[in-house]
Amino acid sequence: MTVRAGSDSAVRQLNGSGSADSVISVTGLVKRYGEVEAVRGIDFEVARGETFGFLGPNGAGKTTTIKILCTLADATAGQAVVAGHDARTDRDAVRRNIGLVFQDTTLDTYLTAEQNLRFHAELYGVPKSAVMPRMRQVMDMVGLWERRDSLVSTYSGGMQRRLEIARGLLHAPHVLFLDEPTVGLDPQTRSSIWTYINDLKKREDITIFLTTHYMDEAEHCDRIGIIDHGKIVAIDTPEALKASIGKDRVQIQTADDPAAIRALADVFGIEAAMHDGAVTFSVASGEQFVPRLFGEFSVPIRSVSVSRPSLDDVFMSYTGTTIRDAEGSGVDALRQMAQRWRAGRR
Amino acid sequence: MATQTTEALSSVDAGAIVDRIRVSVPERGVRHDLRAVGIVWRRELIRFRTDRLRAITSLVQPFLFLFILGTGLGSLAGRSMPPGVDFKTFIYPGVLAMSVLFTAIFSAGSIVWDREFGFLREILVAPVSRGAIVIGKCLGGATIATFQGVIFLILAGFAHVPYNPVLILTLIGELLLLSFTLTAFGVMMAARIKQFQAFMALTQMLVMPLFFLSGALYPLNGLPAWLTVLTRIDPLTYVVGPMRHAVFSHLNVFGASVLAPSITWGGWIVPLWFSLGIVAVMGLVMMSVAIAEFSKTE
Repeated sequence: MTVRAGSDSAVRQLNGSGSADSVISVTGLVKRYGEVEAVRGIDFEVARGETFGFLGPNGAGKTTTIKILCTLADATAGQAVVAGHDARTDRDAVRRNIGLVFQDTTLDTYLTAEQNLRFHAELYGVPKSAVMPRMRQVMDMVGLWERRDSLVSTYSGGMQRRLEIARGLLHAPHVLFLDEPTVGLDPQTRSSIWTYINDLKKREDITIFLTTHYMDEAEHCDRIGIIDHGKIVAIDTPEALKASIGKDRVQIQTADDPAAIRALADVFGIEAAMHDGAVTFSVASGEQFVPRLFGEFSVPIRSVSVSRPSLDDVFMSYTGTTIRDAEGSGVDALRQMAQRWRAGRR
Repeated sequence: MATQTTEALSSVDAGAIVDRIRVSVPERGVRHDLRAVGIVWRRELIRFRTDRLRAITSLVQPFLFLFILGTGLGSLAGRSMPPGVDFKTFIYPGVLAMSVLFTAIFSAGSIVWDREFGFLREILVAPVSRGAIVIGKCLGGATIATFQGVIFLILAGFAHVPYNPVLILTLIGELLLLSFTLTAFGVMMAARIKQFQAFMALTQMLVMPLFFLSGALYPLNGLPAWLTVLTRIDPLTYVVGPMRHAVFSHLNVFGASVLAPSITWGGWIVPLWFSLGIVAVMGLVMMSVAIAEFSKTE
């Protein structure tokens, strides 16, 4: 079932059903940085073996939540339990059980790939006899074993991300955190990263928690939590979320957009808005609506497109905005610039 | 089904079998912490080995001081030297200390660099004590800085400092101590300073006064009161003094003791062991501050 914000009974129901073998359990989590409330009271559970995704624009509180779960930040209020240990009071136990891949690279680019993994193995106390075979296994998994002696600075962005995933798995964690695992990568590399992640789910007994602001990536998750302004507004499977909308999305190109929006409201009583340069609105049955539109509409229409609900629509329905509009601030563009600048410096 | 679940859950801490390769991360213990110290230390060495340019450039400055300044000023200062003593011999211990100064502090500066480029996060989420990480870093910086000093020791002959094994070993020991304390100082600063540029600027600003006040270029007796006080505050003084003492006690020169006087506090003569003890304690205190700083979370 779909959980809407403010629907407390539904949230409780969800917790009740998932707590038996949940690997991550978060209750009433709040994080304040001075005056800014980055996370404003969230609750969720992630079951063992599940791939759970946090979907939301930059600044929604995704990274802050991950930081708390990974013991890198303390919650202002509330509790986070990861792999059976409290993230605040039992840090080391949590750290032993989790693997991390951050959105910005955390590799030492002056070391070789193997040296990076060896560093990790020693830091995590991986038994000496297991280091080599496990290293080979995780590097094989991401197709980098042959390149193990190369300096990481010679790796492409996609290879670096793959190496980070391999490193995150080296100590066989029970939970793998992926914070925007494909941000800043080209589409082809992004899809190859997903091939590795899906492959990984088959091979290892692992729970994956990831954050993303790409809708198509959220589709890979078993369940999604939509997070906006530090609050979870909906949690469910992608299919259930889409079904909950129950409406098709119609986008029209017209000669006079403001007039079209007014006309839609006057003639059909439909609320429309500009998104992605087109007049956009939702109706129960798109195919049947289009003939009526042409029959009764006074504003000239240049083109029409009807689409089934996507996660974009789900996001819009729950937050009242598209994820691209929510970004707005251009944080993403800035980060990509920073990454390019770093790559240039190396 | 129910038993399967409990079994699966209880294995969370026991370590999972993954494709028949059993990997389990142990509870934290002394052995684990020692491995962490070891790998942080080794990373410093690997980075240093691959960065030959840094090794060479950081020797340029001491080289200039010893041969250019030493020779140039020597023609003037040489007149007040006892017969048979080169001014270069006099400044050699101080310049030797300088040869480790930059390397030690900048190796600590790599923490700031690591923070900016993310690698620090990889270290900070590891299930290992912050102490192990900081100790590894301090020992790593101390090792490469001392190595740098040893290269400069090879030039001792040009400053008429004898290649006496006891002297060389004494100097290496003192360099190691100095390098450790300087790295600890750098790590302590790096815990607070978030930008690499700021770290560089601040250390550049501090390094020269440390060097000039240490008595590396002039004897510490007969100075005006204000300068005497400043030289006694400079930690570097307490290494340069013993190093110069070591060099001059191995020279067969009459009146050498005038050039390597003991450090005094008011009328009290600070013993050599005490002098070196001050440096060691300072290093340990600064390292503890650094550990405390790195143990904080957001």
